[in-house]
Amino acid sequence: MTGPNFTLFIVSSLIAIAGAVSTVVARRPLRAAMGLLVHIIALAGLYLTLSAHLLAAIQVLVYAGAIVVLFVFVIMLIGPLSEQTKPAGGTLARIVSLAIMAMVTGTVAFSLVHAGGQWVGAPNDFGTVEGVGMDLYTIGLVPFELISITLTVAIVGAIALAKGRSAREIAQAKAVREAVLAQQKAGE
Amino acid sequence: MAMGLGTYLTLGAVLFGIGAIGFLVRRNVLIQLMSIELMLNSVNVVLVASNRFMPENHTGQLFAFFVIAVAAAEAAVGLAIVLALFRIKKTVESDEAATLKH
Repeated sequence: MTGPNFTLFIVSSLIAIAGAVSTVVARRPLRAAMGLLVHIIALAGLYLTLSAHLLAAIQVLVYAGAIVVLFVFVIMLIGPLSEQTKPAGGTLARIVSLAIMAMVTGTVAFSLVHAGGQWVGAPNDFGTVEGVGMDLYTIGLVPFELISITLTVAIVGAIALAKGRSAREIAQAKAVREAVLAQQKAGE
Repeated sequence: MAMGLGTYLTLGAVLFGIGAIGFLVRRNVLIQLMSIELMLNSVNVVLVASNRFMPENHTGQLFAFFVIAVAAAEAAVGLAIVLALFRIKKTVESDEAATLKH
């Protein structure tokens, strides 16, 4: 058999869609994060049907192990206020955006159903650590190095954003603000 | 049962649509960020399926790796911004972040 496994595809794609929908409709962010977790693990199963074994492992490690945990950390840090829901404003805009996105998605999906042709057999090292690693360090070497720089910059930026101000810096800013206000008052 | 490349592309389109609808309709910044993750993941499905369709090299899977790395960076910075917003506004509703609105 050269094509993907049908049963695993059906099971994991249905679970993936269910997880995505529960992420979007969940009232509580923590439940949305759990829906995202289900979605991501189902996608790892989907990658297995496409014989992308290394990518399936990376998906579980990075997404389920790092990104979802980061979301859960932030939800826990914010606490009960992360659940507050205002009375709906701009309902019309939401309905219009929902309708437009549903139409676009439906059109694209129906036009793509019959795309493609016969599957061909994959080489032996397709999707393995050896095969992907060989391509990653030959044709993808420059993007690989660039992505490491991107991650470093993102970490520094995230720390700088999330750190906030210390009590001393807040006092300094307050003193400066008061001095400016006093100067303006003297100028008048 | 015939299952071509189109089945995977359709699944990717549907998942992208779900993520886009979540991003546009929800007003909780955390759930909007999760919807962005859904959209990035749907693109990964399409990339990996196209790579399996033409398995001479691993270009599609390499793209998927880079998308995952960028998604990790985006989640870190985005959640830091959410925390900074929460520190100022004491809320995570994106409608509240309207200081620049006139």
